Amino acid sequence: MGQILQAKGIHKSYTMGKQTLTVLRGVEMSLSAGDFAVIVGASGSGKSTLLHILGALDKPDKGTIEFEGQRLDQMSNSRLNQFRNQNVGFVFQFYHLLDELNVLENVLLPAMIAAGPVGWLKSKKNVQNKAISLLERMGLKDRLPHKPYELSGGERQRAAIARALINEPKILLADEPTGNLDSKTGHGILEVLSELNQQGQTILMVTHDDRIARQAGRVIKLSDGKIVS
Amino acid sequence: MIGLKLSWRYFLHRRISILAVISVALCVFIVVVVMSVMNGLVNEFKEKNHRFVGDCVVRASSLTGFPYAADFITQLEQQSFVYAVSDTVQGVGLMTRPGTPWNIGIDYVGIDPVKHSRATHFAETLGYHADSPERAFQPSYAPQLDGCILGVDLILYRRPDTGQYDSPDRPWPTQRTISSFPLNPKGGLARAGLDMVSTKTFHYSDHSHSGLVKPDGRTIYLPLEQARILSGMDAPVVRSSAIHIRFAEGISVSDGVRQVQQLWQTYVQSCKNKPYADMLDGVRVLTWQQDRREFIGPMEKEQLMLTFLFLMLGIVTVFIIFVVFYMIIGHKTRDLGLIKSLGMPASRVAAIFLGFAAIVGLIGTAIGMTAGCLFLWKINAMENWLYDHYGWRVWDRAIYAIDQIPNAIEWPVLVCVAAAAVAACLLGASVPSIQAARQSPVRTLQVSQI
Repeated sequence: MGQILQAKGIHKSYTMGKQTLTVLRGVEMSLSAGDFAVIVGASGSGKSTLLHILGALDKPDKGTIEFEGQRLDQMSNSRLNQFRNQNVGFVFQFYHLLDELNVLENVLLPAMIAAGPVGWLKSKKNVQNKAISLLERMGLKDRLPHKPYELSGGERQRAAIARALINEPKILLADEPTGNLDSKTGHGILEVLSELNQQGQTILMVTHDDRIARQAGRVIKLSDGKIVS
Repeated sequence: MIGLKLSWRYFLHRRISILAVISVALCVFIVVVVMSVMNGLVNEFKEKNHRFVGDCVVRASSLTGFPYAADFITQLEQQSFVYAVSDTVQGVGLMTRPGTPWNIGIDYVGIDPVKHSRATHFAETLGYHADSPERAFQPSYAPQLDGCILGVDLILYRRPDTGQYDSPDRPWPTQRTISSFPLNPKGGLARAGLDMVSTKTFHYSDHSHSGLVKPDGRTIYLPLEQARILSGMDAPVVRSSAIHIRFAEGISVSDGVRQVQQLWQTYVQSCKNKPYADMLDGVRVLTWQQDRREFIGPMEKEQLMLTFLFLMLGIVTVFIIFVVFYMIIGHKTRDLGLIKSLGMPASRVAAIFLGFAAIVGLIGTAIGMTAGCLFLWKINAMENWLYDHYGWRVWDRAIYAIDQIPNAIEWPVLVCVAAAAVAACLLGASVPSIQAARQSPVRTLQVSQI
């Protein structure tokens, strides 16, 4: 499989008061289509920062990111919005489902953002069917009209995964997706991710748990702002 | 679509939005009620003044009046833009009731009731001769006697509870004596060395209820020639105090007045070699608003101040909305981060909160307007109830000269208030919305994780 994501010489630092905190110091990495890679490292090693930069949520101070040959740093804000919406699916540790929307609506959110008002009226039926199908796959068939706060942690994360997949992104970026779950539920989430990967979904996951990392096809170890293995 | 849905859901799920709606509704309610009543009072007052003096007034600036009015009136009556003209004499005097020590300082106005009723709406103010102004100076109990028309408050009792006058079916026999110093053209006493005071007794033939405090409270209308004698304007040259003019249908006041001014200037030139022609220099051609500015001005100023106060209220509303939205958005940073991470552009993120503000504004405005209209609809009933139960009147009828609190709803005012309320909400929400849209998704997502 060919490379879809390549990071070269990524540097990132934050200014906190008078101090500058350097988080990434020249990270080089790539991701091929169909990979299930895991970024591991100690707390504060820059895992999440790297994931956010790779997903165009944040910009590096230095270095380049190429997605299918296109440099993210040369994209306009509107192109980056489109890139995130169409090519990247995010799964967060704390699910980040909107309490004002039910499960189905949460899953539909990226599709609604992509479609716009007129486009949405045209594509609503198809996308809704797709969302229902995804939720069925996630075992949430009966939870469609429920609000996020009515779901368990595992169910919320599965709903978040379904939301991440609705626009059929080329990469799924998961930031500690099991970090807020008990081990049994977390294991269930990992199984879901593994299944998705077996079906061809490229996944890049951040975790600080080595046991979880062992289940991935590739482990990227981050230490002191650099990839060490 | 998702923006609208989120705006609506945020509105439904945030209790604080109820506070925002209530504050908008209260502001709209107050503005609608007070502006409607105040506009009603001012407009009614202006209309009464307009009806009282006609469209245009040619007025002497002095109590001595001005000469040669008759020829100018003839000229005016030949103009197609003029509908009617009325010659008047005005003076000040002392009114007494024969056989009693009672007396009061009054203004007297000499009029031809028919002509004056055509030039103004004088006949409509009469208690007994609204349909027959030609007999307004004929006391029904003795038509051969000299009659007078008294300002309504000089003769009838006004009930404080209803604001209505106790008016019998016909005028009763009663007399009023008017004493006045007749003035010569130079402002001196006209009959120095003789009987300096002109005194004449008149019989009550009718009363006039114009709805204006001063005319109703201290004006007596007399036959034109009698007033001329009382004021001394009968000699050595016949003089008038004012000419009231009503323009033909379709002629605007400004156009009509401009034409009268041109005619007047020409007329003054033609009279320059006549005796006392210098008295014409002090005559001014005025619109009805200019003529009544002394009375209308303070009310307009009051209205302006009220509008200014409401502007302050609007600023307070904007600030309330600003605070409410600042708090709401402060609680929604996580959602904002997520929505932006899913690719929603900043402009659409701002639009979610502006949509939220528009919903608050529209619902608050609708509630405020409905409550305001209902309140206005029942305002007189409520005021009467307060008077019946607690003896309290919001507006003293004697001061405001109104029978009822004006409660007509002016749609242009409502539209302006609604637009201003929604605009205030959008303005108040704009800064927090733009701030929200500019937030970095990473920062908000990381902050919420901590």
